[in-house]
Order: sequence, then structure tokens, then C-alpha cells
Amino acid sequence: MIKQQFEIPSGYKKWTYGLLAIGIVAFVAGFIFLGMSKDEHDQTRFWAVLLQNSLYFLMICNAAMFFICALTLGHSGWQITFRRVPEAISAVVPVFSVVALLVFIGIIMGHQHHIYHWIDKDAVANDSILTWKKGFLNPTFFFIWTIITVGTWSLVGRKMRQLSRKADEGPMSVEEAKKYTWNSTVWAAIFIVAFALTTGSTIPWLWLMSIDAHWYSTMYSWYTFASTFVSGLALIALYIVFLKNHGYLEYTTREQLHDVGKFIFAFSIFWTYLWFSQFMLIWYANIPEETIYFKTRLQGAYRGIFWFNFIVNFVAPILILMTRGSKRNYAVMTFMSVLIILGHWLDFYQMVMPGTLGDHFTLGWFEWGTLALFLGMTMFFAGRALTKAPMLPKYHPYLKESLIHHT
Amino acid sequence: MTIKKFVVGSFDDEAVLFPAVKKVRKAGYKIHDIYTPFPVHGLDGAMGLRDTSLHTAGFIYGLTGLTTALSFISWVLTRDWIQNYGGKPHFSLPAWIPIMFELTVLFSAVGMVLTFCYLCQLAPFVKKHHFHLRATDDLFVMVIECTSKTNVQEAEAFLTAAGAQEVNVQLAETGWWLGRYDMEKKLFENKTETVTA
Repeated sequence: MIKQQFEIPSGYKKWTYGLLAIGIVAFVAGFIFLGMSKDEHDQTRFWAVLLQNSLYFLMICNAAMFFICALTLGHSGWQITFRRVPEAISAVVPVFSVVALLVFIGIIMGHQHHIYHWIDKDAVANDSILTWKKGFLNPTFFFIWTIITVGTWSLVGRKMRQLSRKADEGPMSVEEAKKYTWNSTVWAAIFIVAFALTTGSTIPWLWLMSIDAHWYSTMYSWYTFASTFVSGLALIALYIVFLKNHGYLEYTTREQLHDVGKFIFAFSIFWTYLWFSQFMLIWYANIPEETIYFKTRLQGAYRGIFWFNFIVNFVAPILILMTRGSKRNYAVMTFMSVLIILGHWLDFYQMVMPGTLGDHFTLGWFEWGTLALFLGMTMFFAGRALTKAPMLPKYHPYLKESLIHHT
Repeated sequence: MTIKKFVVGSFDDEAVLFPAVKKVRKAGYKIHDIYTPFPVHGLDGAMGLRDTSLHTAGFIYGLTGLTTALSFISWVLTRDWIQNYGGKPHFSLPAWIPIMFELTVLFSAVGMVLTFCYLCQLAPFVKKHHFHLRATDDLFVMVIECTSKTNVQEAEAFLTAAGAQEVNVQLAETGWWLGRYDMEKKLFENKTETVTA
């Protein structure tokens, strides 16, 4: 019996509500003890952790839509049997967009200048570098570009999901199928262009790199993209394994999981490539205003996190995911996916914290609680989105290609 | 490098080939190889071939390349020919990583190509015996190796019954060495190949 319609299993519900409960308690406690505290360190910690988590989860959910669009644009068919999984994950993007906007409003309107130094008008006026960057780093441009960005992600993503639902309606003639494929290709292309202009370039500069307002790196956006894309793939892999274990996704086989595993393997190495390229150029040139970024991370308090991050996100994937057997094994893939999601969460942590909290960072109840909150939200909204569409786009023109997929 | 006897059956359809492979294996015949015009998915599984070890070899070659690069560069720049590059330490690993990476890729790529050629018994000047020329065009050619216990007539009849279009018996050399076939002139004097257009 093929289970076509997803019903949320009780175990999933328990985990979702458990994580949400822990997260909400942590959030409320954090708001009272840290957010409303008179101490600037506490306030900064509150907003920095929220910034890190909201951006990380917004971008990994959006990476699921990038995955769909990139493969649609490449006319690939192997992913059709589990396509509804990344679709469901990408349905969380509008929710996290609102969350991220609220966090930005809290930081910029609340004048949290330890997070974004450039919102402090006096500091900018007396700082030639920041004055020079004023056209780009100012609240008005920040909000306009952020709203355009998350709006485009949400709307074009919604259009892609609607197009996908058309494959449920009924058999298509050859002409209809051609038109359908063309439509999907055009919308996927629009998304990719928007994605390149946002995640691929400007958005990480605004959202994350402007924490270290004096410093810049042209690798930064790609680095952020690689980090979130590989975690997004890990999230997709987790959902595939989970759904397979609960008797869904009958036609998604180890072949598909193997290919997702290849993607995770490849993009872990891609992330390392950017990690190293960014580091090596700065190390080689040895210019003080550039090396300052790595000074705190490599020689300061973040040394342990920095190298742990490298081990979890490079050494572990390259050694564990290298063999064919491990990419086809549910247990190994689950373990690696969890490791990668946590690893890149920590990567985001070390991107945000040195510029905001400096040496006063803690990895304590509020950090883990907020992680639980965002994981719970992802599970809640993605699970709800999964129930809304049949698990298999039955009449998709490329479905057969996916059914007979063989690596 | 001994000359062995083979029973060769040609199939013109994958759908016939797969059940035939199953039957032949079940009957206990030893399949030497199957030659197909294009890679056939699942045929390796049906033939009971184990996974290739080529990737393990590639991993080892890669490690060799990495070690070669690291040991050579570190020996040169810290012992043999010490130089000051912009005040960097003599042992400056970040600057070497690109070269270490490139040697890893070079060793594993070249090593894997050579290993692949060895495994497929391909080398310059080596002449390979073709069991059927149409194996590169439109026929799936199954080659059964005859052992001392094989009844050749029975094997031929078995292949015909399994759906082979053409069946014949050929003598061919197994294994390989450079120029081996050049010396074995006799093998090429009696042509056993039947090429039909």
C-alpha cells in the first residue's frame, strides 16, 4: 500500500512540540534575563544569537528551493520522486523571513550597535571607512533590499511550488508537458538569478559581513552560500531517511539517497575550498585590516570552535562520506546530516559572535535553546507543508526518469 | 597466458540477455565476460561481479601524492634550500596546500587511468582478441570459458536455447602481456570471427 498523503507521525509531533517548548521557554527566559537586561553584553548576546539562528535557518530552508531550481534548470529528473521534500522545506521561507525581519527591526530600531556598528551615526561620521561605505550600509537600504530579497525568495518559491502541484492534476499530453517543462525552467531561472544577486553576492555582505563593518572579503557570500547549501542538503537527506523509515516515498530508493549524499560530499569540499581560499589570501597578503578577522578566530578565544568547525565540516564528511556504501546507508547518512547541520550552525556562530560579543561569548542555555526553537519551527512548518501535497508528483513529465534512476 | 577455449553467444536484445545470464550462471557455466555496445545498467549485478576496487586504488594514489608533495616541499624549504618569502615561516603550510592538493589530484588521476588500463588489459601495441566485431555496434556478446569439464556441444545448445542469435567456439589467449599476440601469429591465421552485415 503506497502512502500518498503524509500524516504527521506521533513521534515527529512529540519532537516538534518538545523542541518548540524548550525553545519558547529559552526564548522567554532569554528575553527577560538577557534582552531586557541593563548589561550591554547580555543584550548583545540575545540579539546576536537570534540573528545567527534566524539567518541560518532562513538560508538553509531557502537552499532547498535553490536545490529544486538548480536541478529544474539542469533538466534533471532523478529528484522527482522526493521533490516534495525540498518543496516542503522551502515553504518555511516566508515564516523565517518574517522572523528575520523582526530580528533586524529589533537590532536596528533597538540600536544594537554592538551587532551592526554602522547603525551608530556618530561612529560613522568619525570613521572614514564607514563614511565611505555609507551608501551601502545604512538602515534604509538595508531594509529595502532585505524586504525585496525575502519577498522574491518567498514569492518565486511559492510559484515553483504551485507549478509542481500542477503535476498532480492529471496526465499531460506531449504539448502540455513541453509547456509545463518550459514554464518550470523559466521560473527556476528567475529564482536562480535572484538567488545569485542575493545569497550569492549582496545579502551575506549586508546581513553578516557588515557585523565586521571595516573588514571585507569577496569570498564571503560564496562561503555563506556553500555553508547553507550543504546544510540544506543535509536537511533534505534527513527528511528522506525519516520518511522512508515511516513507509513514505516508496519510489525513492538508495539510488536517490546516494546522489544526495554525493551532493553533500561535494559541497562539503566546496565549502572547504572557499574556507581555505578566503583564509589563504588574507594570510598571504598579511595586511592588518584584513588579518584582524582571523586574528580573533585563529589566535583568540574562538580557536577551539574554529578548528572544531573545520574538523566537523571537512575532515568528517570527506573521510566518512567518501565510500559508496556510506552514502547508501541510512544510519551513516542520518549521522552525517545531523553532524553537518550542527557543524554549519557552529560555523554561523563563529561568523557572528567574534564581531559582536568578542571574547565574552558563551555557548550556554540560550544558544542551545534558540537552536531548539528554530529546529522546532522548521519541523513544525515543514511537516505541515508536507501534509498539504501528495508525496509523489504523479504526472510529472520526468517522473519515469526518477523511477528508473540508477547510479 | 594460455590459450583457452570459449563458447561465444551473441544476443540482439537486452531483454533476452538478462534471463540468459541468469540461466547460464544457474547452470554452472563460467562467464568469461559480456561485451556490449554500451554500458548496461545492472548487468554487473546480474553477472555477480564484485564492485571495482579502482576507487580504493585512487584513494591510495591520492594519499601518495599528498605525502610526496608535503615531504618534498617541506624538505626543500626547511632543509635543503631555505629562503625567506616575505617574512613567512619556513614551514608555511597554507602556502603549500594548493600544491599538495594538485599533486593529490594528479597522482590519483594518472594512477587511476593507468590502473584502469591495466584492469581492462589495454596498453599500446597490445592487440586484443575480439570475440565478435558487432559487440561494438549492436550485439551483446556473452563469452563462456570452457573448463576441462565443459561439454562444448551442450554449452552451444544451451546458449541457443537461451536465445542467442549466433553461437560459435573460439580459441583465444587469456591474460596479456606486451606484444604477446604479435608472437602468436597462428591465432590470427585461422579467423574465427563471423561478421555478418
